[in-house]
Amino acid sequence: MTDFVDLWVYLSSTPLFGLTATLVTYVVAATTYERLSRAPWANPVLWSVVLIGTVLVATRTSYPAYFAGAQFVHVLLGPAVVALAWPLWLRRSELRSRGGALIVSAVVGGIAAGGSAFALGWIFGMPDEVLRSLAPKSVTAPVAMGIAERVGGVPALAAVFAVATGLVGALSAKYLFDFLRIDAWAVRGFALGTASHGIGAARAMQVNADAGAYAGIALGLQVLLASLVVPLAFRWLA
Amino acid sequence: MTALTGLAILLLLQAAGEALAHALALALPGPVVGMALLLAALPVRAVRDPVKAAADLLLGHLSLLFVPVKVGVITHLDLVSKYGLRLLVVIALSTWIGMAVTALVLRSLLRPRAWPSEAHD
Repeated sequence: MTDFVDLWVYLSSTPLFGLTATLVTYVVAATTYERLSRAPWANPVLWSVVLIGTVLVATRTSYPAYFAGAQFVHVLLGPAVVALAWPLWLRRSELRSRGGALIVSAVVGGIAAGGSAFALGWIFGMPDEVLRSLAPKSVTAPVAMGIAERVGGVPALAAVFAVATGLVGALSAKYLFDFLRIDAWAVRGFALGTASHGIGAARAMQVNADAGAYAGIALGLQVLLASLVVPLAFRWLA
Repeated sequence: MTALTGLAILLLLQAAGEALAHALALALPGPVVGMALLLAALPVRAVRDPVKAAADLLLGHLSLLFVPVKVGVITHLDLVSKYGLRLLVVIALSTWIGMAVTALVLRSLLRPRAWPSEAHD
């Protein structure tokens, strides 16, 4: 038994542990998600975080020890954000003819999402650092974390809020749009991408090709706009 | 090899973006500047194929890349347990407001010009 404990202590102190745990857990979670025909509640990010988090807490492994290995996955978020230019480029002709309408909707919708999160959080009496982490929640997590850090929020909280936002959007969009009688797939996809980023966009891509493409465009636009608007808004508020 | 070349291009543009954002004291994160640079570079044919290969790989597994950071929530369990339910209400309401506003604004702006699928109605 002590041998096992020694082995665990040794393994969990090397970068190999964090990297292996991340990849193995995600592959299992993603396979299960496919098996369950992509049911929203089986979201692989959600379950990977729950499983890895539980193991870390149960074995009292520190987050920095885990991150020493997991950072090799984390580093790829940077180039992934750069790569968001690709879906924008693919739809460039549509963007040119409908660009104005899309940009106005993205600005108004993004401000409505971030502003209402901030206002509701304030009404519910959230502390300042939580409020500052809520504002960029409609942007894809890596960017939300960068913005939260800039405006004095907590990056890890911003990431959690972003994933919760994505899940809420992916789960409920259909009912909301049906209720509002929004029929055009492009409009549905664009609104989903604007308010609930990557996870919402992934959902839109499964439902309809047009919706998915416009969700991708919304994702890219929201990254650009939120990076500009959220820090400016906090500068004015301060 | 194509995907690897693409990844090299993406990293190069991210580095250029970080440098630009730092040098010009921009409010934008480096990767976002890199995204704008890539958009400007995509008309070059030699850039396109490698970038497509790398983008398909990275964006196809985007959700995996979020996992390491999100596990970081274990360092803030106190905040989550204290405000969990209220946070969920705030997040759900604001997400619905954001989606509804975006959809209604976009629909009203595009109404004068019919969507292709509706043109024959």
